[in-house]
Amino acid sequence: MFQQKLEETVLSSKPSKLNRFFHSEFFYNYRKSPTAVISSIMILSAVLIALFGPMITPQDPYSLAGLNLSDAYKPPAWIEGGEAKFFFGTDQQGRDIMSAIIYGSRVSLYIGFVGVFFAAMTGIVVGLIAGYAGGRLESIIMRIADIQLSFPSMLIALFLMTTFGRSVTNVLIALTLIGWVRYARIVRGETLTVKKKEYIEASKVIGFSNIKIIFQHVLPNVLTSVIVLSTIQVGSFILIEATLSFLGLGVPVIRPTLGMLCSDGFAVLYSGLWWVSFFPGLYIVFIVFGINLFGDFLRDELNPRLK
Amino acid sequence: MIIVLLVVSFIVFFMTSVIGNPVHTMLPERASQEQVDQVVKMLGLDKPLHVQYLIFLRNALKGDFGRSYTHFQPALKLIFSRFPATLEIVVVAMIMTIVFGITFGVYAGAYPRSRISKGIMGLSIAGISLPSFWVGMVLIFFLSVRLGWFPVSGRGTVGSLLGIRTSLATLDGWRHIILPSITLAGINVATIIRLVRAGMLETMRQDYIKFAKAKGVSSRDVLFKHALKNILIPVVTIFGLQLGELIAFTTITETIYAWPGMGKLLIDAINNLDRPIVSAYLLFVAVLFVVINFVVDILYTMIDPRVDL
Repeated sequence: MFQQKLEETVLSSKPSKLNRFFHSEFFYNYRKSPTAVISSIMILSAVLIALFGPMITPQDPYSLAGLNLSDAYKPPAWIEGGEAKFFFGTDQQGRDIMSAIIYGSRVSLYIGFVGVFFAAMTGIVVGLIAGYAGGRLESIIMRIADIQLSFPSMLIALFLMTTFGRSVTNVLIALTLIGWVRYARIVRGETLTVKKKEYIEASKVIGFSNIKIIFQHVLPNVLTSVIVLSTIQVGSFILIEATLSFLGLGVPVIRPTLGMLCSDGFAVLYSGLWWVSFFPGLYIVFIVFGINLFGDFLRDELNPRLK
Repeated sequence: MIIVLLVVSFIVFFMTSVIGNPVHTMLPERASQEQVDQVVKMLGLDKPLHVQYLIFLRNALKGDFGRSYTHFQPALKLIFSRFPATLEIVVVAMIMTIVFGITFGVYAGAYPRSRISKGIMGLSIAGISLPSFWVGMVLIFFLSVRLGWFPVSGRGTVGSLLGIRTSLATLDGWRHIILPSITLAGINVATIIRLVRAGMLETMRQDYIKFAKAKGVSSRDVLFKHALKNILIPVVTIFGLQLGELIAFTTITETIYAWPGMGKLLIDAINNLDRPIVSAYLLFVAVLFVVINFVVDILYTMIDPRVDL
């Protein structure tokens, strides 16, 4: 009886990948850290709202048929004159702020995640090449990276968007051009240390091709740093996009993001309609705060050198 | 350094010549083809690109970026005339950053386990998550529009202090400058706190700190005399970078507060396709950054005699 039970437990803890994850130190620390749990709930809910939000919003803010001018200038529901239907109030065209925020967050999150994806891809490839190849190529690439890093990324973004013109694709290109540097530097640094390890020498001796060595042995070693950096980058990309859109240099008018909603609201701020710009901004803070908190946790966990 | 500036001038020139044709914004809509040609010729836009670049470079060296298409004044002169206003908020924001950033950062790094430190760190994460334009709007609405403590926008009275014309010389000027500077400093304080704290954590583990403590040096002296000195190098580097960041972010702050600095000039110029101002601004800022980096390098040798240039 006892024997059987023991066998069962041993068998059940056989290392399926998921199981291993749930019993890892990482997962234990995650459960024990309130900030990590709260921040991941924040991120998850923002993503879910963006994905399924349009099914529950009271109004499609961009179909003109749904707008009614008599609903304009409604304050949030808890203030006198507000209606429960428009929880965060309406703007000067009778557009429900909450619906606008949910639709806007879709574009903002999309730009954040996709932008980081492209920046990371570019940066990783460039960094791997620089670190692995070394020599002239490396010094040229790193020199470019240094020069670019000595300029604030906000300024570079402004400049790029000025020349590209507003569109979602252009924002993504600009973010990629800004973001690759940090990835390239980290990946190159890690590649340099990995390159000197014995097992890489061994793979070379066996006669593995360079590409195989890079992808099978070097890349997995740099991934943790990339993950940590990416988390923080998503937040900062969302902020950069919001700022660009606020200045009228980001996404086009037909696809308003959270930043652009703020900018629209700024126009009516002085006439007392604070809620039009306040809530979209607050939602940006909510998303980015969640991401940054989680990034902080990840960095402490995955980067033992910083512990 | 010179190579950096050359590269920047090259990029700036080619990118700004793609921006869009300024001729159409300068002429009335029904201008004849002849008039268009005339303007194109006047601006030198009919020459091949590389010739245009060489002309641009030669003029840039003389400080001539052409006349603004909208203000009808030399672009560089416009920038210089707006620069003091920008410098004012940058300096005030920088001082705020130094005072709060270092104090809180040192504290959070020296006593990482205390509750206050955890609070500081939580706030600093919140700080880097705030969009600065939103902070500006919230401050304007609640402190200026609702409570009326501060003016809504603009620069206020400009007085003269030691022969320099600045709004820091008048009380009204100070009332105008507080909100933009807080907005500008906000994010930077958060970043500085985090960096100072990281440096502090590293330093506090060193042997000489333990020795100083064992010797009975008061904890304030340990912190500010022994520990802080040794994290100054990374901190100075960061200040160099942050100064650039502050200048970049003035574009946003100045737009929100209608502050007549060069950041607002840039945004207006971008919206009007005012090419000379955009390129003059970018090269001016590039020169500024090169100078800042140079000063930072010199500061290194002053702080740490081991560093050789």
